Amino acid sequence: MKKQATRDAYGQALLELGALYDNIVVLDADLSKSTKTVEFARAYPERFINAGIAEQNMMGMAAGLASCGKVVFASSFAIFATGRAFEQVRNSIAYARLNVKICATHAGITVGEDGSSHQSVEDIALMRSVPNMTVIVPSDGISTRQALFQLYQHDGPAYLRLGRPAVPQVHDPGLDFAIGQAVELRRGKDLSLMACGIMVSKALQAAEILAAEGIEVSVVDMLSIKPLDKEMIIRKARESGALLTLEEHSIIGGLGSSICEAVCEYCPVPVTCLGINDLFGQSGSPEELLQYYGLGVEQIVEKARKLLKKK
Amino acid sequence: MRRIGEEELAVTSEKAGIIRQEIIKMLGEAGSGHTGGSLSAADMVACLYFWEMKLDPQKPDWQDRDRFVLSKGHAAPVLYAALAEKGFFPREYLRTLRKLGSPLQGHPDMRKLAGVEACTGSLGQGISWAVGMALAARIDQRDYRVYALLGDGELEEGMVWEAAMAAAHYRLDNLLALVDNNGLQIDGKIAEVMSPEPIADKFAAFGWNILEIDGHDHRQIMEALNSARSFKGSPTAVIAHTIKGKGCSFMENRVEWHGTAPNREEMEKALAELA
Ligand SMILES: Cc1ncc(C[n+]2csc(CCOP(=O)(O)OP(=O)(O)O)c2C)c(N)n1
Ligand SMILES: [Mg+2]
Repeated sequence: MKKQATRDAYGQALLELGALYDNIVVLDADLSKSTKTVEFARAYPERFINAGIAEQNMMGMAAGLASCGKVVFASSFAIFATGRAFEQVRNSIAYARLNVKICATHAGITVGEDGSSHQSVEDIALMRSVPNMTVIVPSDGISTRQALFQLYQHDGPAYLRLGRPAVPQVHDPGLDFAIGQAVELRRGKDLSLMACGIMVSKALQAAEILAAEGIEVSVVDMLSIKPLDKEMIIRKARESGALLTLEEHSIIGGLGSSICEAVCEYCPVPVTCLGINDLFGQSGSPEELLQYYGLGVEQIVEKARKLLKKK
Repeated sequence: MRRIGEEELAVTSEKAGIIRQEIIKMLGEAGSGHTGGSLSAADMVACLYFWEMKLDPQKPDWQDRDRFVLSKGHAAPVLYAALAEKGFFPREYLRTLRKLGSPLQGHPDMRKLAGVEACTGSLGQGISWAVGMALAARIDQRDYRVYALLGDGELEEGMVWEAAMAAAHYRLDNLLALVDNNGLQIDGKIAEVMSPEPIADKFAAFGWNILEIDGHDHRQIMEALNSARSFKGSPTAVIAHTIKGKGCSFMENRVEWHGTAPNREEMEKALAELA
C-alpha cells in the first residue's frame, strides 16, 4: 500500500494552491522544514512569513493578514498552535471569523521519540470547543489534499490536524469529500468502527482480521470532526447497533466524545471509545507508542469483540 | 508633511472635546466600562481620525484606507466616539453601548460595527494584528498605514514583544505603535505592579524608531505622526506621556477610574468640566 505522511501531502497541496491563488499567505514558526511549508516558502518567498519561535504573534499576524483579504495558512506543531496560542486563535481568529487555516502537524503520540512535550493529545478538544472553528482530521495524503482545497474555499477559520509519520493511503484518488461529511470505507452490519487520522488505516486492518472470524464491521473515516456528520453516525448506530470510536487523541473531548454526544441525543447504542486514556505521551517509536496506549490493531480487534457482546 | 496650523489644531481640539463628552455620556448610560484609559487616549485618537488617517466612512471596506487597531480594546468608548463623529454610524448607536444586541460591544467587534478594524480586548493581541495588516500592505504593494494604540500596562504581555521583534525584523515602516503611557493599570501604578520601563529603550532595543511626546499636545502628536510617516526602514513607536482620566479633574491619575463608569451625578460634573 502506498504510504505518505499527511504533512507531506499538506506541503505539496500548498504548492498547488499557491500556484492557483495569489491571495494565499503561509506563516510558520521556525518549523517549516518539519511542517513542510518550506516548499511553499521556496516557491513563493514573498507570500511566506516566518514568525520565528513566536506562535502567539504568528496567530495575531494571521488575523491581521486575513482581515486584509488574505487566506492564511498558519503552521506549527499541534501542541504549540493550539496550546501556546490558544487564546490568540480564540480571540483574534475564531471570534473575528477570519480566513485563517491553522494547519498543525506532529499531532498525537506518533510524534514518537521527542516525547510528551511535543505530543498533542488535547488539540481536537481545544479546537472543536471554539465557536466558528471547523475541525478536520485527514487520514491520508489524498484526504489531506482534498481537505486543503475545501478549506481554501471555505470562508472562515479552520483547524487541520496533520501527522508526522507516513501513513497508508486509504482513500481513492477520486475521493470527493465535503466539509461536514464522513466517508464510509467498508461496510458491515455487526459493528461500526468510527475513526479519524492515523487510526483509520488501523481500523481497516482490524476489520480484515474480524472478517476472517466472520465478523463484518463498517469502517468510517470521520475526518470532519466539526461540523460532525450526525447523519452518518445515526445511520451506523441504527445499522450496526454499536460503535467503536478510534482516535490518536485523549478520550476526553475528541472524536469519541463528539460521537457520544450525538449518539446519546439521537440514537443511544453501546459505544466504546478508544484513545489515549487521560494520559500524557512519552518517548518511543510511533508503533511502540500506539501499542503502549492501546491503539494497536490487535487491541482494536479485542475491543471490538468485547463490544459485540454488549449489543 | 501634512500641515499643522491653527486651523488644523482647532479642528482636532474641538473633536477631542466632543469625543471626551461622548465617552462620559456613553459610559454613564451604560453604567459600566473603562473611563480613565478612554480619556487618556482621546487626543491621540482625535488627531488620528480627524487629521492623520485616510478614511471614507461611506466605504468602510475601502482597500486603501489606513487602519487603526485599538490594541487596548477596553478603551472602546474612545474609538466608538471617534467613529460616530466621523460618520461611520449614527450617533444614536452610542446610547446602546454594552447593551444586549448592540453593535457597540464592551470590547470592539469588527463584525458588528462598521469602522472597527479588529476584534480586540485581550491585551497584547492587537499589535500582532496590526503587524499582520502592515505585512498585507507590503505584499499587496499598497501604501496604507497601520496604527496601533497600546496601553503601558499592556506592554507587560510577552506577545507585544514578539510583535515588536517581527515588525522591526520585517522593517514595517508603514506601522506606527502609540503607547498611552498613563502610568496606571488596574491594580495600581505600573511602576509598582510590573514595570515595563524603560519603554522607549525597550522599543529602541528591538529596532524601532522612537518618538516621545506629550500625548495631550495636539501639535506634538501631529509632528510625531508627520515624522513617523516619513521615516523609512523601521516601525515607529510613539511613547505618549498621558494622564489617565484626562479632562475630568476628579478622575485624573486615579486608578479607581480605570474600569468604573460615572454615575449620574459624576457624569454631570464631568460634562460640566468638559463643556
Ligand atoms: C490578556 C488580558 N489580561 C487582562 C486583561 C484585563 N485588563 C483590562 S484593562 C487592564 C489594564 C490595562 O492597563 P493599560 O494597558 O495601562 O491600559 P490603560 O491604562 O490605558 O487603560 C487589564 C489587566 C485583559 N483585558 N487582557
Ligand atoms: Mg496604563
